[in-house]
Amino acid sequence: MPSNRSVSDAPITQFVNCRILRDHKLQREDLWVREGRILDPEKLFFDEQGYADNRVDCEGNIISPGFIDVQINGGHGVDFSQASEDVGRGVSIVAKKILEDGVTSFCPTLVTSPYAVYHKVLPQVKVHNGGHHGAGVLGFHVEGPFISVEKRGAHPEQYLRSFQSGGFEDLMEAYGSLDNVAMVTLAPELAGSQSVVRELCRRGITVSLGHSVANLSQAEDAVKHGASFITHLFNAMLPFHHRDPGIVGLLTSDQVPAGRRVFYGMIADGIHTNPAALRIAHRAHPSGLVLVTDAIAAMGLPPGRHTLGQQVIEIHGLHAHIAGTKTLSGSIATMDMCVRHFKQATGCSVEEALEAASLHPAQLLGISHRKGNLDYGSDADLTLCDDALNIKATYISGEEVWRKQP
Amino acid sequence: MKLIILNDYDLASEWAAKYIRNRILLFKPGPDRYFTLGLPTGSTPLGCYKKLIEYYKNGEISFQFVKTFNMDEYVGLPQAHPESYHSFMWNNFFKHVDIRAENTHILDGNAADLKAECDAFEEKITAAGGIELFVGGIGPDGHIAFNEPGSSLVSRTRVKTLAKDTIMANARFFDGDLTKVPTMALTVGVGTVMDAKEVMILITGAHKAFALYKAIEDGVNHMWTVSAFQQHPQTVFVCDEDATLELRVKTVKYFKGMMHVHNKLVESLSVD
Repeated sequence: MPSNRSVSDAPITQFVNCRILRDHKLQREDLWVREGRILDPEKLFFDEQGYADNRVDCEGNIISPGFIDVQINGGHGVDFSQASEDVGRGVSIVAKKILEDGVTSFCPTLVTSPYAVYHKVLPQVKVHNGGHHGAGVLGFHVEGPFISVEKRGAHPEQYLRSFQSGGFEDLMEAYGSLDNVAMVTLAPELAGSQSVVRELCRRGITVSLGHSVANLSQAEDAVKHGASFITHLFNAMLPFHHRDPGIVGLLTSDQVPAGRRVFYGMIADGIHTNPAALRIAHRAHPSGLVLVTDAIAAMGLPPGRHTLGQQVIEIHGLHAHIAGTKTLSGSIATMDMCVRHFKQATGCSVEEALEAASLHPAQLLGISHRKGNLDYGSDADLTLCDDALNIKATYISGEEVWRKQP
Repeated sequence: MKLIILNDYDLASEWAAKYIRNRILLFKPGPDRYFTLGLPTGSTPLGCYKKLIEYYKNGEISFQFVKTFNMDEYVGLPQAHPESYHSFMWNNFFKHVDIRAENTHILDGNAADLKAECDAFEEKITAAGGIELFVGGIGPDGHIAFNEPGSSLVSRTRVKTLAKDTIMANARFFDGDLTKVPTMALTVGVGTVMDAKEVMILITGAHKAFALYKAIEDGVNHMWTVSAFQQHPQTVFVCDEDATLELRVKTVKYFKGMMHVHNKLVESLSVD
């Protein structure tokens, strides 16, 4: 029997016997949900005289806002940058599987690719909400092709581009459309990048700095023009130098405009970032830390040899090597592993670890009014975990979409 | 009148909670028979609420067939404000137990017509069959609910302007800023509480000692409104040792000598 009369006929769910992450603290509170949103039970009680229709016993576990991964290249054998006829299906496979990792929304990430790939892939996956079918898509993160040749990392050199026709036209020519794009990683030292940064920000697209040899003042200029993120800090940028700290220096820059915050992505898998470097970044700028997996197609595959695209990859533990070599082929840690490793490596609180995977990416993308927290009115995208941060269940819009089998 | 003296605040809170528990259980409430309970806010009853919640969680009592009426509420303070008595009741009691919203009654300090709101509150109490047990606390000046010194002892539910002392005492809940403290409240009258079949007043701490003395050893006086309950046929004062500091030794010894009798009132009831 729907218990609420004055607002809608939708049933009300009350999560009980839990600790919820709200206002940066774990609190012994119940969590109330109606129509996929978090409900203020006090208003329900006094204004509507309503009560819960269903109770979910959380068995003393923690309820965190669902995790948001803003940089994931694929997983479970799928590479988003492979321009298959049906990228949508590939994204769906990953979206479904990462529910197990507590991820409720993500930005599928495309590495530097030929224009034809962008034109084919970008229109295929629209921004959409999550549900039983999988985590929601917040829009693509396009990493490249406007990046530095020297710091291209694994990005194919022949497809790198510069802003030769003035900037934004180059970008539009490359991507075709920005309709499904949430974030662009570019190198701010490229001539003409400033107007591109401004125009992207004006369109509500997050600009990230990465794969770059920019010095600090170039990076600060980009931030003044609207850039707000650093792609996988320490990786694919100039190493920290005390006379020119480079992009890393943004973490303690005094040139960041008042009221703005620079966020930075961390691959906290224990392999791509040394724990000491992780601690330096965390202690210098804890509120900007965003955990990303930067996972490749091998993420989620069992140990052994796998053929992915043109490569044969060998997986042992959290290491994925190109078969027969010592070359790391990318990250295969899942988001929940990164959260646990981050907490263990930095000694941070449970709250900080969870917020680095939820609140911070939501703030970065400008969606913290509806995601990344458990405030009243926010989407009820939830990750249920124990004290060791092992994921027990995942909810999207208040519906259980995954539960660990006992 | 009964005066119950316990060693400290926690024991006093527990005694009061057990007393309420037993009164509800003995009443045998049901769908056609609601127990009506008057309730206070403030720091004094917090321990008592905690214990009641514990008894609910242990399965000793249910509030499914209990109707509550709160003593007072500020005027003009948003209901959702953390210092509103709505918020207090939600956070410290209602959200932890199985009471239904429609059975709780708190004066609406934001009502368009405050007088009509007060009159309606009295009518709701009457319609519920009157109050079985009214629980209250007092201020250091002996006020019960917001019936400040000088309030009529036959007063009914109404709008009250708060005494300067009360506003200053409350400022600590409003960032120490006097301008943020509400200056008016809706409150049940002394007469409203007097109509309850039984009244229980919680008084703890040395700062309330003089008020307790005025309440029970001095005469009935509208400058100490709690003293009105000397004329109520069923009043229980529950206090801690500190609150007895201004009482005569004789008074304290007399009531302490009665504790073995009074403690029977809070013994666990056998399940029938």
